[in-house]
Amino acid sequence: MAEVSLRGVNKKFGSVQAVSNIDLEVASGEFIVLLGPSGAGKTTTLRLIAGLETPDTGTVHIGKRDVTRVAPALRDVTFVFQQYSLYPHLNVFDNMAFPLRSPMRRTPEAEIQRKVTEIATMLRMEDKLMSPATRLSGGQMQRVAIGRALVRNPAVYLMDEPLSSLDAKLRNDMRLELKRIQQDLGATMVYVTHDQIEAMTMANRVGVLEQGVLVQLGSPQDIYENPCSSYVASRLGSPRINLIPRKIMGKFAAPAEVETIGARAEHIRLQADATATSSVKGAIKRSEQLSDQHLVHLALDGFDGPDVVTVVPPGRSYQIGQQVSLEMVRPLWFDRDGQRIYER
Amino acid sequence: MAEIRVEQLHKAFADFVAVKDSSFTVRDGEFFCLLGPSGCGKTTTLRMIAGLELPTSGNIFLGAEDVTFKRASGRDIAFVFQLFALYPHMSVRKNIAFPLLSQGTPRAEIDRKVEEAARILRITHLLNKSVSGLSGGDRQRVALGRAIVRQPLAFMMDEPLGALDSEFRELMCDELRGLHDRLHATTVYVTHDQMEAMAMADTIAVMNQGVIEQLGDPQEVYERPASVFVAEFIGSPAMNFLPFDMGLSVGTQRIALEGNDIAVPALREEVSQRKLLCGVRPEHVRFDTLSRLRAEVLGTEYLGTSQIVSLITAAGNLLRAKVPAGERAQRGDHVGLVFDPATISLFDKTSGGALRTAMYDEPIAAVAAHG
Repeated sequence: MAEVSLRGVNKKFGSVQAVSNIDLEVASGEFIVLLGPSGAGKTTTLRLIAGLETPDTGTVHIGKRDVTRVAPALRDVTFVFQQYSLYPHLNVFDNMAFPLRSPMRRTPEAEIQRKVTEIATMLRMEDKLMSPATRLSGGQMQRVAIGRALVRNPAVYLMDEPLSSLDAKLRNDMRLELKRIQQDLGATMVYVTHDQIEAMTMANRVGVLEQGVLVQLGSPQDIYENPCSSYVASRLGSPRINLIPRKIMGKFAAPAEVETIGARAEHIRLQADATATSSVKGAIKRSEQLSDQHLVHLALDGFDGPDVVTVVPPGRSYQIGQQVSLEMVRPLWFDRDGQRIYER
Repeated sequence: MAEIRVEQLHKAFADFVAVKDSSFTVRDGEFFCLLGPSGCGKTTTLRMIAGLELPTSGNIFLGAEDVTFKRASGRDIAFVFQLFALYPHMSVRKNIAFPLLSQGTPRAEIDRKVEEAARILRITHLLNKSVSGLSGGDRQRVALGRAIVRQPLAFMMDEPLGALDSEFRELMCDELRGLHDRLHATTVYVTHDQMEAMAMADTIAVMNQGVIEQLGDPQEVYERPASVFVAEFIGSPAMNFLPFDMGLSVGTQRIALEGNDIAVPALREEVSQRKLLCGVRPEHVRFDTLSRLRAEVLGTEYLGTSQIVSLITAAGNLLRAKVPAGERAQRGDHVGLVFDPATISLFDKTSGGALRTAMYDEPIAAVAAHG
């Protein structure tokens, strides 16, 4: 059953089409990540689900109910913002208990006690319950903000870049923690981020947005291996996929409309022998040790675009300026508009 | 361009010591990164080199000249800040030309230099546009243009990419390093982002609480961390640390970890019985059903060609493995673990310092660790 469904949703701000004809069905217990750069429409989509914006056309359903014109407070959703806003005069327990004490959903105190303790334990905050909110580190505050959303049992949890204000180490830990909690609760989540690692590691399905349009929706693996356009291909994968104009590749077996070849860094093999079979040649510009990956940057002959970046196997080394030829494994084909051309 | 030499640099603010007796040399034309968490003293160090802060003691040489007490404006250094302050009412051309205008450079020379800077930064087409309509990246390029147009002896950059979002930061890293390769300008770059440092630097100084814990090229600080702090700070996900407690004699090649015999690089020093840590990078952990070092899978994170698997060992130690995406691992699975012995680092848990092992026998490059 779909917990959330958007049908033909449009939203304009002045002359800017923020969200364009979006259809999205989120299944119960599913973790959906909306991914895109700033301005792609992901936060607007989330706000449309929450009721913080009203669509110009189209409908929003939560559960079986049409909530298109229903006020946010009556929609059975919770929202976690990028900037945690805690009540500074309350301790952790009272901050987390706050939504349960609202007059709209009066909860017996024993139930509040049980629920807050349960969620605090999941978030590894149970020993901080009596601490004033102002005594917490940034990471702890954000966990309380997430906790405040989790104590309720809404149809859907909406999260807008909840980890982006945390430092790298904490973000690494919180990703897995949030995913684990979501699985344990069987929670339905729609999560917005511009961080591809969060999208790949947490989502059941990723929705990639481009200028208000949901251009592809699929499992992380699907999106990574089978992007529908060069735009989507560039969203996932670090280093970013290499996009090489076909015209510099010499003879290249592909349909006529193919204008750009996409090759991920791990799908390019270098041959030091410049007389090798491949007609794509280039010179080593620099090499880079990025954590466990040894990356080599190349300038391709006849191409003044960005460097081509490849991963080279451990122990292999190249001289700056050395001439090499490139062999591509499973290249992706794109037409002049960046749309994928599939192998026939 | 010039070499920068820093000798016994010390800075105290009242009773807080921001920088403790730092010494290092930035070679002529080098891209040098000061890397560390907030409060580690990296920005204070940079500001002392630039002359925006006076040291409590120590010396700073720019080329042959002692500039320790020279005013910032007399140092011939260009500073690029995180928040690029451009003049919003001026065109790109005027913004870039500004430092030269204020120096009273002749008109023709200004035009030539601005055009040259714009060409290097690939923003020639923007020269006559107003800066107010530019994207974040183009504004950053203009700010860089204003720095390079003066052709200073050195560039100081304080988290210049900090305000950009992650995807764009990666692109700008490539661009900045490309710019450096064209200009070969001596550059001191401050960041708390290890990815930026690893991607751009020739040399990284990893700072912690005012002290340089390690100085080396990216490969060196990654593969041979001098301390637990460095090992944890560099690399994502961070290195795993498994505690054990034993004495080690010179030549030892096995340690006991959770009752299992684990191969490590041969010890080169005598270590009395004490609390130690075995450091293993996530990519050096493999699954092997035959191994008796057992762990349970807590979760997996898909990364395209690889995945990060979070695990808890029988003794309750948490660790992460980076393995091919095709490898089957699901929450609740039990697996055996194997470590790549040649890459294991050993640390003294109390001091945090690395133990000398055979791993350090062959230099990657000139090893210059201190702290």
